[in-house]
Amino acid sequence: MNLIRRLLCVALLASVLPAQAADNFITVASTTSTEQSGLFGFLLPIFKKETGIEVRVVALGTGQALDMARRGDADVVFVHDQAAEEKFLAEGYGVKRYEVMYNDFILIGPKEDPAKVAGGKDITAALKKIEESKSAFVSRGDRSGTHAAELRLWKLAGIDLDKVKGPWYKDTGSGMGPALNSAAAMNAYILADRGTWLSFKNRQNLAIVVEGDKRLFNQYGVMLVNPAKHPHVKKEAGQKFVDWVISPAGQRAIAAYKIGDDQLFFPNAHK
Amino acid sequence: MTAMKTAMFPLQLSGIGFAPSGTTILQDINLTIAEGSCTVILGPNGAGKSVLMRIMHGLLAPGSGRVEWGSLEERPLSQAMLFQRPVMLRRSVLSNVAYGLHVQGIPIPEAKRRALAALESVGLQHLADRPARVLSGGEQQRVALARAAALQPRILFLDEPTASLDPGAARAIESGIAALHAAGITIVMVTHHLGQARRLARDIVFLAAGRIQECTPAHDFFRQPQSQAAADFLKEELP
Amino acid sequence: MDTFTASLDAALALLLHADAHLYGIVSLSLRVSCLAVLLAALFALPLGALLAVAQFPGRRTLTVLVNGFMGLPAVVVGLIVYLSLSRAGPLGELGLLFTPSAMSLAQAVLVAPLLAALTRQIVEDAWFEYADQLHSLGVSPRQAALTLLWDTRWSLSTVLLAGFGRAISEVGAVMIVGGNIDGVTRVMTTAIALETSKGDLPLAMGLGIILVALVLLLNALAQAIRSWAARSAQ
Ligand SMILES: Nc1ncnc2c1ncn2[C@@H]1O[C@H](COP(=O)(O)OP(=O)(O)O)[C@@H](O)[C@H]1O
Ligand SMILES: [Mg+2]
Repeated sequence: MNLIRRLLCVALLASVLPAQAADNFITVASTTSTEQSGLFGFLLPIFKKETGIEVRVVALGTGQALDMARRGDADVVFVHDQAAEEKFLAEGYGVKRYEVMYNDFILIGPKEDPAKVAGGKDITAALKKIEESKSAFVSRGDRSGTHAAELRLWKLAGIDLDKVKGPWYKDTGSGMGPALNSAAAMNAYILADRGTWLSFKNRQNLAIVVEGDKRLFNQYGVMLVNPAKHPHVKKEAGQKFVDWVISPAGQRAIAAYKIGDDQLFFPNAHK
Repeated sequence: MTAMKTAMFPLQLSGIGFAPSGTTILQDINLTIAEGSCTVILGPNGAGKSVLMRIMHGLLAPGSGRVEWGSLEERPLSQAMLFQRPVMLRRSVLSNVAYGLHVQGIPIPEAKRRALAALESVGLQHLADRPARVLSGGEQQRVALARAAALQPRILFLDEPTASLDPGAARAIESGIAALHAAGITIVMVTHHLGQARRLARDIVFLAAGRIQECTPAHDFFRQPQSQAAADFLKEELP
Repeated sequence: MDTFTASLDAALALLLHADAHLYGIVSLSLRVSCLAVLLAALFALPLGALLAVAQFPGRRTLTVLVNGFMGLPAVVVGLIVYLSLSRAGPLGELGLLFTPSAMSLAQAVLVAPLLAALTRQIVEDAWFEYADQLHSLGVSPRQAALTLLWDTRWSLSTVLLAGFGRAISEVGAVMIVGGNIDGVTRVMTTAIALETSKGDLPLAMGLGIILVALVLLLNALAQAIRSWAARSAQ
């Protein structure tokens, strides 16, 4: 009995200690597109080397990431939905929003292209054709930045989704990767961010069908969570991170990240 | 000390009935157990002997009637019981015997010392460190007897303690019981072994169909039972 | 079929290279789930034993609740623990969110009902055999519960393994409360979920194969220890 108790104490200690070891870290609420494209895997070690600060990224949809910061569970948010970010700022949860970089969305679809949209540059025209032909379309449906962009584009195309929604429109409520997996399995069209697409391996019969439309640009912003709302926010370290990603060094690092020959993110912080 | 000694006895059952969910198992049981007596309960299978013993020991609440211990308000602690199938805990023989003492608040070293003495009295001290569950049935029952004896009870209940043992093991248990009785412990026992009953009993309680048919000194009972049921029973058991 | 051979290849490659990163993920999985089972057992074993042995008002209701909570969805547990540990929640001050401790806590909540329910069943079966003897010795419900826990220890070790199996294979709760942070809270299951969502199905399956192999190995080990100990102590 005594031995068991002693073992128990050791096990407890052993598993609690490492959790407290690293203290110089910040938590960043960000999106699956930045995490899964590998950008953070590339950037953060550089940042850590320069500042000694460890960055812990929790990757969610933009909406969830902002909610997480609203509850005070993050020091910095790094997301891509300008409207939602400005609302977050207006509510007083953010200190100041900085634009960091953009990437672009692309329309992915099956190679057979049942809606006949491949090769076009006009995203709204393509969406109209998909709706008219009732071709299968997978939506994230998870309040992410990509989801918000998709909804905006349907509106720009003059389509009232609530009216025309049918079995062809598949609202999956999932992250970018799982949604791409679903689209691959169902041979459906889907709006995706280029970064996730480039690092996505299970493409099966999918390919890019529409790209290059200005309206497909996807702006990322970064904000320190307001210490006035959440006093425990690590404001010095968090602000250092914000300052770094918009600094020339950070911007150069973002531009340097490539998958194969493709640059994924284009730095555009205001000088 | 003497005042306390007398306070526990006699054990008096008055008007005991037991009829769970309608079926009558015991009715109108009146019985007195005096200090130092050795009472054997006889009766056919299903007569209610085990139920009666469990009520006396306090394992079962009677449906009606009262169990009274001398002038005590509560069930006294200094009693023990042996069951037909001994229950051995998954630990050593010595720990099994010490367990009963330990739960009564006796510190472990003292409990172990007394347990070892009790094991010696049943001749099993050489098995003290064995896992209790690998022992034979006869050895297990002797361990159970040692466990009961170690508690130094004033009264010991035994429910067919030798029923599933071979004659040699049964004899060992029987002599253990005789020794405890000789040491002043009151004995109440159920047995199917008439020879054993004859050797040990001072009084016989004959139970059939949930009623006490007679309560007779052993010497008289085996010569001339008073009830027809008991006479029939003896004829069947001793052809 | 193609994917399956690719998965086996991926699993083998992972094992052969056995890089520090994979090792970190595996050892974190083990540590988090071990602690979770210990935490849960500390609470669930006595509870299960008391439910089997003691008579108290509300015992039946509690038993029904415990049995029902065995089916608690991991995501719900994750959400509850997340909301409690969130800065805006009642335990926010502790700053435990997105740490391995939070993951252990969530898994402990998840497996505690399982441990308690199975313990109750096993102890109750033993109680059936022991009740008269223990009552005769004047044992209190608390003592009886402890005695039966000790006497059913070999069966209970299987219960602990079942709890460990559920804890280490669970993904919904640890994803929410751990955040799947690379190098900090990424465990086997969240790594599998991540690779799946990146579409790298062979790598995901490869990790899955390693997870299953690990659980099997632990069970075999426990089985061996148990039969050795049981032989020497009955
Ligand atoms: N706790 C109990 N509740 C209800 N019935 C019982 C209980 N214990 C025993 N019985 C029943 O009482 C009857 C007498 O049982 P028992 O006292 O064991 O007989 P025996 O005289 O052979 O020892 C049997 O029919 C048995 O099924
Ligand atoms: Mg009987």
